[in-house]
Amino acid sequence: MPSTALSDPVDLAPVATRLTVALIGNPNSGKTTLFNALTGLRQKVANYPGVTVEKKTGTFRTQHGEEAGVIDLPGTYSLLPQSPDEEVSRDVLLGLLPGTPKPDAVVCVVDASNLERNLYLVSQVLELGLPSVVALNMTDQAAALGHAIDAEELARRLGVPVVPMQASARVGLAELRVALSGRLRAPDYKPLPLPELVEQAVESLRWELPNALDLPPSATRAALVLLLSDEQTGRLAEGFGWAHLTPRFRQSRAALSSKVPGWQDDAISTRYGRIGEICDGVLARAEAGADGIAPSRTDRLDGVLLHPVWGWLVFLGLMALLFASIFTLASYPMDGIKWSFDKLAALAQGAMPPGDLRSLVVDGVVKGVGSVVVFLPQILILFLFIGLLEDSGYMARAAFLMDRLMSGVGLHGKSFVPLLSSYACAVPGIMATRTIEAPRDRLATILVAPFMSCSARLPVYALMITLLFPPETASAGAKALVLLGMYALGTLTAFAFAWLFKRTLLRGKPTPLAMELPPYRRPSWRTVGTGILDRAKAFLRRAGTVILALSIVLWALSYYPRGQDAKPDERLAESYAGKFGKAIEPVLSPLGFNWKLGIGLVGAQAAREVFVSTMAVVYAVGGEDEKPPEAEAKPTADAKPATADSGIAAGAGVVPTPKKDEPKPEADEDETRMKGVADAMRADRWPDGRPVFTPLVALTVMIYFVFSLQCVSTVATARRETNTWRWPLFMFAYQTGFAWLAAFAFYQIGRMLGH
Amino acid sequence: MDSPSPPAVARLADLPPGASGVVTAFHGDHADTKRLRELGLVAGTRVRALRWAPLGDPLEIELRGYRLSLRRAEAELVEVRPEA
Repeated sequence: MPSTALSDPVDLAPVATRLTVALIGNPNSGKTTLFNALTGLRQKVANYPGVTVEKKTGTFRTQHGEEAGVIDLPGTYSLLPQSPDEEVSRDVLLGLLPGTPKPDAVVCVVDASNLERNLYLVSQVLELGLPSVVALNMTDQAAALGHAIDAEELARRLGVPVVPMQASARVGLAELRVALSGRLRAPDYKPLPLPELVEQAVESLRWELPNALDLPPSATRAALVLLLSDEQTGRLAEGFGWAHLTPRFRQSRAALSSKVPGWQDDAISTRYGRIGEICDGVLARAEAGADGIAPSRTDRLDGVLLHPVWGWLVFLGLMALLFASIFTLASYPMDGIKWSFDKLAALAQGAMPPGDLRSLVVDGVVKGVGSVVVFLPQILILFLFIGLLEDSGYMARAAFLMDRLMSGVGLHGKSFVPLLSSYACAVPGIMATRTIEAPRDRLATILVAPFMSCSARLPVYALMITLLFPPETASAGAKALVLLGMYALGTLTAFAFAWLFKRTLLRGKPTPLAMELPPYRRPSWRTVGTGILDRAKAFLRRAGTVILALSIVLWALSYYPRGQDAKPDERLAESYAGKFGKAIEPVLSPLGFNWKLGIGLVGAQAAREVFVSTMAVVYAVGGEDEKPPEAEAKPTADAKPATADSGIAAGAGVVPTPKKDEPKPEADEDETRMKGVADAMRADRWPDGRPVFTPLVALTVMIYFVFSLQCVSTVATARRETNTWRWPLFMFAYQTGFAWLAAFAFYQIGRMLGH
Repeated sequence: MDSPSPPAVARLADLPPGASGVVTAFHGDHADTKRLRELGLVAGTRVRALRWAPLGDPLEIELRGYRLSLRRAEAELVEVRPEA
């Protein structure tokens, strides 16, 4: 029996009690701003067990100076959840989530400028009978819009304290603390009347519940109504420990649907009817006449940002700016990170005696982790953009503009953000699908997100583009065009597969769109900053755990078994990775790949950017690993390149539109290194003397990389987000299979055409 | 005051941008329309059509003092009594 609703006896001891408060509210109600203001930096972010919904908790001091805990629940429109986020909010309030104590009190955060709709959730929460306080937030904006609210009368009608606030300016914080420091009482709020037959069903079910119930009567009633309304009756029943009654609930639900058709819809209307009564005389809106309203800031901005011409121009401009920042601005801090890891590697190299352990530390740990941490600036810039767009209210507009295109292939307007994020990295992209309520739309987005060319593919593209053109004829324009082509290929394929999946695996009625377009606001630096900080921490934590472990495994595979006195390239050929590369050569030769490329692909299977460094080792470029790569290197341009970090260098040095006019020494060095690898690869011959790396093969490699799912982190993230291995394994299989087929077709057709 | 010129009942999808009306009925089954209803699109609610997205779908409307977007398919399920 789950330990959920039944509280531990120890909790009843007065000594051990620490107040726990849950913040709940609609998206865009300023809930997170209030949470930040209340807790300061005393907060932490984790995940709820089993789901990847973020659990934000913190502490604050009550008016009496006692420490209290606070949970920031995900933004929620209703207690009848439509997304994993909303489900968590409901489950926490009902005390159904293991590891999260049922809150002692609830703060319902309400956007005062959008009172009626916000009261919908409030009225649902009040019916649960938990001690509650309404934080009437953003009173300044309500005033600016000409809404006048009688907070005292509202408190009287809701039966709970109402605290007018302006969390962004810390106005009302002290009053909220006072409200939470007093004696907490259940709200004096009458539940909505339901049709006679529904009431009877609830009453008869109540008598069948187990006796040891920790819920107050009002909450029991509310829980039963939720059970009868919700499609996930089984899961909810299980959460309460009423799994054995699930058939009873289902039967009751079915009976009600046929006897009182539409009762759930009517319940929503009734609730809004009650809200209308509550607001009557409490809320006075200046905008009585339809046309008498002066155009608000949101009106004016929407006129431009959703305009058929200007809207698209702004949208495309913002996207261009985002990409330019990710690929150019980020290169400076990335150079710095690369430099630091190189220094660290050199330091370890110098300080340790030669041997397995040194190789593990230098090539496995430092370079492996470094090759991933180097992407941190790109990820941070991406999330800065997303944070600003989200917090300002623009993101919903972008989804509004894009919805037609997205729904045309069976995706959702909200799929736009995850897919955009995936250009930097599919991991945050897949995580960003949480805002998509419809499960099938969300899954379709997850399944195609890795097709968007992420930044880890850039070093590979860069190397292959160098191979593609003879050194003398390489024009920056042609290179950029090829690169752009790869991005377009991935994007179009993502749409094509989404279209296919929505017609086959994920077939079903199109899910309706119901998306709020929040008023434009000046983004809060604090909210955006905290968000970025959380991302950075999560990313670094992953680099320190999963990626570290993988780097070590990969290092071991390419290091052992250890032949004596062999040259690095021969040694690699003898290693497990090398043997594996040879073993899979029959599969690769139809694509025009030899076993050396096979090793590269094996390395790339953990993380794509490893490909370049592996190729550098295979083709014995960049010095032997027994010689300290940076130890003798002066900070001059002719520094001998290290082995495993060429990927980093390439990633940092490549820009979609290369500027030749003002070369930095760093870029020169990278280019030299890249050219070194490319030259060695160009010189490679098949046993019969044909060159291995024809332009056709270089393009085939790129096409393979566009499609293939070669990223352990992506697979792991998809596993967490879908809560099953089925989908990530399917993703891996279909993407890698399609990559092989596409590369095969491309190469063979190219051969037939005489290339 | 029911002037003869605007039709007594129209679909929300047919409201010209800028025009407003009062919802008289919302057809469509519960599972599909639940969220739109919960967001306040229920009979008796005053709505104003603001604009269609540049590509022809979805629609932006104003109700209860805020803005919501929904697709044509759902806007055709909503009956409104246009206001002059």
